[in-house]
Amino acid sequence: MIEGYLRSDGRKGIRNVVAVAYLVECAHHVARRIVDKADDPDVHLIGFPGCFPNAYAAKVMRAIATHPNVGGMVLVSLGCESFDREALSAAVAASGRPVELLVIQQEGGTAATIERGLAAVERVRAAAAQTPRAPLPLEELVVATICGGSDGTSGITANPAVGRAFDRLVTEGATCIFEETGELIGCETIMAERAITPELGRELEACVAKAERYYTIMGFGSFAPGNAEGGLTTLEEKSMGAYSKSGSSPISGIVKPGDVPPAGGLYLLDVVPDGEPRFGFPNISDNAEIVELIACGAHLTVFTTGRGSVVGSAISPVIKVCANPDTARRLAADMDINAGRVLEGAATLDEVGEEIYEAVLATAAGRRTTSEELGHREFILTYKAFDPIGPACLPASAGRRA
Amino acid sequence: MNSPKLMLLHPGDNVLVCTAQIAAGERLAIGGAELDAAQDIGEGHKLARGPIASGEKILKYGVPIGSATRAIAPGEWVHMHNMKSDYIPTHDRQTVTGAEA
Repeated sequence: MIEGYLRSDGRKGIRNVVAVAYLVECAHHVARRIVDKADDPDVHLIGFPGCFPNAYAAKVMRAIATHPNVGGMVLVSLGCESFDREALSAAVAASGRPVELLVIQQEGGTAATIERGLAAVERVRAAAAQTPRAPLPLEELVVATICGGSDGTSGITANPAVGRAFDRLVTEGATCIFEETGELIGCETIMAERAITPELGRELEACVAKAERYYTIMGFGSFAPGNAEGGLTTLEEKSMGAYSKSGSSPISGIVKPGDVPPAGGLYLLDVVPDGEPRFGFPNISDNAEIVELIACGAHLTVFTTGRGSVVGSAISPVIKVCANPDTARRLAADMDINAGRVLEGAATLDEVGEEIYEAVLATAAGRRTTSEELGHREFILTYKAFDPIGPACLPASAGRRA
Repeated sequence: MNSPKLMLLHPGDNVLVCTAQIAAGERLAIGGAELDAAQDIGEGHKLARGPIASGEKILKYGVPIGSATRAIAPGEWVHMHNMKSDYIPTHDRQTVTGAEA
């Protein structure tokens, strides 16, 4: 049984994090010093670097600040930036969480704000520690998946093993989210056949077509040199491997960053901005995608890697599944699960899928993942623009979350 | 039968995936034929299951993953030097620096 942290809005978390958020790069150093001095694995640094306003960043920051894994917030503003700090502070307070807002220009500068920030963290942490516990059934668990540093083994071992774990989680009522439409290019037709309605199928194809157009304008696909060194030659080849993380369940809907799926089932997160490209690449690195998955309510993320990514994340734990047996040996201290054993005949996909499923439950029940133990708390949020999802993206048949 | 190091992911594929490093000159069994590997091929990389004509689709997981840019011999390494994406071209670290790879 998973004992969750029961929030005032009824959602339940698997961690009780106090997040310190800088609202512009100019406040980053002060926020980082507050977190460093707090020296607590459950006090995390998050933030947004830009001085210009952005509706997407405001939505994602609000979704993260009221995420069920978050017990309270300390906001650090320089004072002159565009970010609507009062609205964010009010949203966190309205969610029933403790929140404190520090404005460096009003507090008296760097040293004074760090000192007051530390005291604010102490108060918020003490208040968050009073959060009641309650059973968190699988129907309320949101599990995300991502791949990073993929190679030619990813699509044969770790990714299909995650697909098996996802199939079981979906069958048992959990919400599962996969993503990166730029890495589904070439899979659109077979993916659309899994949609629970024909209209949703057309939306799935449309969002992959949007991704292809967007990345073509950017001039580069979602493909890194390391992917090629590891045996992947083309974007569509990488896509086929990435796609297998989604398993074989019917696809219940499409969400965009900051949208929480309405009920259990399998969902695609559309990460590619709408309209003409304005702010550059859809996701400049893997953690930008993880942040968006967390903004969609992900309690934890299952991360597959072939070349060997070492990242974790702020707010929601990351479980590392290594696809490549050589990498699994070289980076053993960074991995939770070695799916490379499949290539060596030492395990089957079903067995590794079961291991992933068990790791998801254990992590949700409080066990720290390897990246958590190593102190990985990456977070990156930049500029984007989205239109709201269309009516066909969440068919009524998906039901509603209570 | 294929050598144990060679994995066929789908019966319709024209490439095999290497599940362990293959050294140049290593004896390989592909289907009923035997041949010597023409070059080193890394784990996770692909080699041709049979002759592939220039322009022909490369099939892996039973689906096209790109097209051959020249004729490829059986057992030959299949990668960026002899195939390309049908969607967005693959880049490397020298694409923006202009340096020789």
